[in-house]
Amino acid sequence: MPLNEARSLSTNPLKSSQPLGAAYAFLGIEGAMPLLHGSQGCTAFALVLFVRHFKETIPIQTTAMNEVSTVLGGADHLEEAIINIRTRANPKLIGVCTTALVETRGEDFAADLAAIRSRRADELGDCRVVLAGTPDFKGSIEEGWSAAVTAMIETLTRPTTRRDSERVVVLAPSHCTVGDIETVRQTVEAFRLEAVILPDISGSLDGTVPDRWIPSAYGGTPVADIENLGAACHCIALGEHMRHPAEALRRKTGLAFTLFPTLTGLAASDRLVTLLARLSGRPVPASIRCHRSQLQDAMLDGHFHFGGRKIAVAAEPDLLYQMASFFTEMGAEVPVAIASTPDNPILDAVPAEVMVGDLGDLEERAAGVDLLVSHAHGRQASERLGIPLFRVGFPIFDRLGAQHRRSALYEGTRDLIFEVANTLIAADHHHVTPESLNPLRNREMLHDSRPSPEPRRH
Amino acid sequence: MSLKARIATLFEEPACPTNREKSDTVRRKGCSKPLTPGAAAGGCAFDGAKIVLQPVTDVAHLVHGPLACEGNSWDNRHAASSGSDLWRKSFTTDLTELDIVMGNGEKKLFKAIRTIVERHDPPAVFVYSTCVTALIGDDIAAVCKRAGERFGRPVVPVDAPGFVGSKNLGNRLAGQTLLDHVVGSIEPDDVTPYDVNILGEYNLVGEFWFVKPLLEELGIRLRAVIPGDARYHDIATAHRAKANMMVCSSALINLARGMQERWGIPYFEGSFYGISDTSAAIRGICRLLVEEGAPADLLDRAETLIAREEAIAWQRIAPLKSRLTGKRVLLNTGGVKSWSMVDALQEAGMEVIRTSIKKSTDEDKARALAALKDEKHLFDRLAPREIYRMLVDGEADIMLSGSRTQFIALKAKTPWLDVNQERHHPYAGYEGIVELLKRIDLAVNSPVFPALRMPAPWDEAGRLLASPDIPTEVTHSFRKFASGALEDSDDC
Repeated sequence: MPLNEARSLSTNPLKSSQPLGAAYAFLGIEGAMPLLHGSQGCTAFALVLFVRHFKETIPIQTTAMNEVSTVLGGADHLEEAIINIRTRANPKLIGVCTTALVETRGEDFAADLAAIRSRRADELGDCRVVLAGTPDFKGSIEEGWSAAVTAMIETLTRPTTRRDSERVVVLAPSHCTVGDIETVRQTVEAFRLEAVILPDISGSLDGTVPDRWIPSAYGGTPVADIENLGAACHCIALGEHMRHPAEALRRKTGLAFTLFPTLTGLAASDRLVTLLARLSGRPVPASIRCHRSQLQDAMLDGHFHFGGRKIAVAAEPDLLYQMASFFTEMGAEVPVAIASTPDNPILDAVPAEVMVGDLGDLEERAAGVDLLVSHAHGRQASERLGIPLFRVGFPIFDRLGAQHRRSALYEGTRDLIFEVANTLIAADHHHVTPESLNPLRNREMLHDSRPSPEPRRH
Repeated sequence: MSLKARIATLFEEPACPTNREKSDTVRRKGCSKPLTPGAAAGGCAFDGAKIVLQPVTDVAHLVHGPLACEGNSWDNRHAASSGSDLWRKSFTTDLTELDIVMGNGEKKLFKAIRTIVERHDPPAVFVYSTCVTALIGDDIAAVCKRAGERFGRPVVPVDAPGFVGSKNLGNRLAGQTLLDHVVGSIEPDDVTPYDVNILGEYNLVGEFWFVKPLLEELGIRLRAVIPGDARYHDIATAHRAKANMMVCSSALINLARGMQERWGIPYFEGSFYGISDTSAAIRGICRLLVEEGAPADLLDRAETLIAREEAIAWQRIAPLKSRLTGKRVLLNTGGVKSWSMVDALQEAGMEVIRTSIKKSTDEDKARALAALKDEKHLFDRLAPREIYRMLVDGEADIMLSGSRTQFIALKAKTPWLDVNQERHHPYAGYEGIVELLKRIDLAVNSPVFPALRMPAPWDEAGRLLASPDIPTEVTHSFRKFASGALEDSDDC
């Protein structure tokens, strides 16, 4: 895959930083407080981006590294921050996410934390502290999210050989929205299985209005469930970036896992439903079969709007894979596929030529496509190129309800088809003119390079 | 002339190919077969009249009746305009119960015309009667006459209420209206020996613009295209053209014959669908013009242009061949299209397994037979159930038809392409046929269909088809489970 090695400039970044991804994952844990170990700006920027995306109060704290602690070492700040958070917010879990500042300085955070845990055991009580190493200079949201989940499993999950035949662990990826998680949970529960979803942002970031003030994350995966995570019949990992956590869980508890690179599309949904039918030994419920049929109809009605369309996608690797596969399966082409980071092996499976780059690369290459697909920062390219933008991933700060949009399983894929098709239909404002259809125009160029005329709006 | 008398005249239309075959007495009975209540489909006469006239772009189209006639049908076609978009605006008198009971219809209609004139200042207003206003006896002709005098512009009554007959009759009533009220009402001062009219061309999705530049390259002047992208003035001066080409044979035949009768304009029937047909149409126009006095070199120039355009079209079709060869097409449209696209489909390597000859004339049938060699490939009507069966059984790879039969194909998980009036892509002329083949390629090779045809991995009761690999007790046993079948799926 062409990676622009000589690149010295990133124009309009596609990436968000790793600690943001880790903090995001911790927000999916009940009563958790993410703590970014770095200067307070690291946290402030992440916080503002979360608030713009979710339109919610986001609990997130900082160790507020200053000049002195940067020179002399940040362990004191870490300790002080943990104890302060414990006293003020009384969280069940503090998720420490390191940043580039402290990682560059290079401290033994694990040892520091162990010392803090034993020295302040009384004050900490049952508040658990988890450390995710997430320097900003590596990876992106997916890596940070994956690192945080792996850290939680390694720190909290108890080794066990006990199996609970009615429980299924679902390791959710960073691009699963609240709506996706609810859909997955309903599907698992339709087989009368219990889904333990980690992380579960559906309780904490679902835009509900609690009737009292809660300073830490509410809803989400209970810490106790993470501790007993091995006591299930199987683990379902969604997205290649959840392979690390799934392997960590298997190492600790022996729980086998099945990895689904994507849950979008008919075949992918069939695979998950088949697995659930096997695990439960129960037939596929009528409601799910009905959703499958609705998706089939959506594909039939929708394919007219996808066939031959050119789509430019820029996203985190697993999301890029999901979207590029979706568009290809619907009959569209993906001539431009831009990944935020290079390390995820799923990039080799993306049905397009992938380049690692930024939204500047997207803008440079996307001229002439029918649709841009990226997070909300793609809007600049969209405005300048005059091509509609379909928003996916994080952040989406200029549209409401991002957390409730779905792309997973039959229902999610159905919604996605309709949303994309509607975006394309709405964008078809180029009414045909005698000039646009004149067969004698551009006769010197050979004809097959000419685009088909725009279809008329309904 | 009363509506009844006008309809009777239409039934006696001597140029109508169906009429030609009938004896005098049979002809007088008319051709509207009584519809079967409970088993009728298709539009009414109002619908037919509106379809023909609505694409006239700068005219205000006012429907006099209760809401349903206009409110349930407006903005449903995709004719294109190069100028005004007034034609797309929906105007109706929206008669209420009180209007009908109190007999306010005529007054309301007059006021509606006044409002339109004040707000939009159109060159003309077309007023359509409907079942209710015809039934209660609103005299729209009188109202139109008075409004025309009062507002200083033509206000044309289109008297085609739904109950008088089918959509086709409505088409003809519309043609008659143009003949009676519009064509010949303005004398043009710019007549050339190359002036032609195209009748029955709707400029759907702008597709006539694929053809127009070619005619203009030959120096041919399009006096009026009726109704596609037409302006009132074009139609009003259409009687000074030297020749008429009639595109959709059954719809505007009376207009073509009427213009021949009144102004001596010769006409021929042709089509812009398909390569050889487009060429034949261009030849036909040039031949008539030359017969009417245009310089004879027009014919040679036409041949040069035809040769050039055909070569380009075939050249552009060639690369599609590998993707289309062997694909079997069910052509379910009827009329001219029962055969006019066949040569291009065949040239691209496709096989037309059946073609519908409903609404086709005898000549259409003969040409369809010539293209497909064997009677058994022609069918008059197929029941939806039978089409569905054919498609499910995989007898065709794609169906080309109108949107009415769209869902038979889609529910049979078979590619489908709209080739009738509701489509969104232009297929006329040389350019259009290449576009059609591109669209067929996209449809017939869409990955959606193989995916949809994969059966669900479970039966109708939701039971998995393959026997479950994991017996229930295994899920309780760590050791067995860890080496069980699911472990193998880690790497997927």
